[in-house]
Amino acid sequence: MQAIRQYFHSLMLLELFKGLNVTFRYFHQPKFTLSYPEEKTPKSPRYRGLHALRRYPNGEERCIACKLCEAVCPALAITIDSTQREDGTRRTTRYDIDMFKCIYCGFCEESCPVDSIVETSFTDYHFEERGEHIVDKQQLLALGDRFEEQIAADRAKDAPYR
Amino acid sequence: MIEQLTVLAWTVTKISFLILIPLILAVAYFTFAERKVIGYMQSRVGPNRVGPWGLFQPFADVFKLLFKEIIIPAQANKVLFVLAPMMTLIPAFTAWAVIPASDKLVLADIDAGLLYILAMTSMGVYGVIVGGWASNSKYAFLGALRSAAQIVSYEMAMGFALVGVIILSGSLNISNIVEAQSGGLFSWFWLPLLPLFVIYFISGVAETNRAPFDVAEGESEIVAGFHVDYSGAAFALYFLAEYANMILISALASLLFMGGWMSPFAGIPIIAEPGPHWFFIKMFSFMFLFLWFRATFPRYRYDQIMRLGWKVFIPITIVWILVAGIFRVTGLYGG
Repeated sequence: MQAIRQYFHSLMLLELFKGLNVTFRYFHQPKFTLSYPEEKTPKSPRYRGLHALRRYPNGEERCIACKLCEAVCPALAITIDSTQREDGTRRTTRYDIDMFKCIYCGFCEESCPVDSIVETSFTDYHFEERGEHIVDKQQLLALGDRFEEQIAADRAKDAPYR
Repeated sequence: MIEQLTVLAWTVTKISFLILIPLILAVAYFTFAERKVIGYMQSRVGPNRVGPWGLFQPFADVFKLLFKEIIIPAQANKVLFVLAPMMTLIPAFTAWAVIPASDKLVLADIDAGLLYILAMTSMGVYGVIVGGWASNSKYAFLGALRSAAQIVSYEMAMGFALVGVIILSGSLNISNIVEAQSGGLFSWFWLPLLPLFVIYFISGVAETNRAPFDVAEGESEIVAGFHVDYSGAAFALYFLAEYANMILISALASLLFMGGWMSPFAGIPIIAEPGPHWFFIKMFSFMFLFLWFRATFPRYRYDQIMRLGWKVFIPITIVWILVAGIFRVTGLYGG
């Protein structure tokens, strides 16, 4: 008896209609899709994107070639050479980051005593030629100049938690 | 001689403008609708970059496929490999010759129209089998075998479901079948033949290898089934045939069970007028059902498909053919 009732119950396709009802409900509901290049999700001020070297407001570069970032980098992506400048300060002659080695862990930024090397929230970049992935000191400083406003704003927002 | 040539030219024109061009456009926008509808049901928006609202997407897809290289595997049987997609496509298109959109709008109003359609839709499976075999790949071969067994099984249930329609209408001519359903919503055949109607549509989904019966493609276990080795224009032909068949099944369901070009509102002045628009509304609803099913149901296991076809559908159809016969003899419906 039970089996016969079950047979006729299954012929009504009730479960199938339930499933169809679910998908039809979602058919009408608003979508979650973001039209990416036009719309973007908000980023945290701690976002770790492309690197940059910062300068002081008077234009002097912050980096003092302490090589802490080079030492802490788990991927060995940073290479630094240093020298003494005419005014007696210690400066880098070479500051290369291999972007293919970099894992964007943010340790370089954490280790920096003068807040020189930072990771910006900028992510829309690519490399077209071999060798372009090694970003040198001039490029990093230029990136710092380009994004300084945003870098400073992000650091100010995160300051109370540090 | 001139007269015969004129007739020929006129027929070719009718074929191209009544069937070929509208059908290819319908297939193009059906693929677009599929991506949109399934996207909407999954809380996405679907393609929206090519042209306004993504309306040129199907053309972008077509050009992409046409410019791609057709790769013929080294171990494949080259003649059959090239021939197979056409063997699927030609029956899918020729079956449209007898589909009437209204009492006047039909290419060939032949008396054995339904029989012709059954014959043509059964031919399509040869392209699948030959394509799967000619690829000389185990996945394609498995897909072809599955597809063959599945289509043969469901062809039975589908044929039996149509016998009910033939009994009630007393004709194999599709226009006559629609005329036999004249009247409102409740004089169409879906009501007396409700189980056959449901079985016909489900068999139609199985017949076209669509979800939830798409084991012939089986992305998760046999990559893409019978068309795994096809690319470019050859793949496009398979694609075209599959979607043309889906539209054909939708058209048949609306003609045989839902009263074709008859209006559902009998007796109400203006909207009771029969016309091709009713046929197209019904057909589009069934086409939407195909997409809705694909967005909703998970795939059947292979043995479950066989069980459903042989042990559920065929007994029910045989019982209901008897019931339809009783309807006919007692004069409740038809006759």
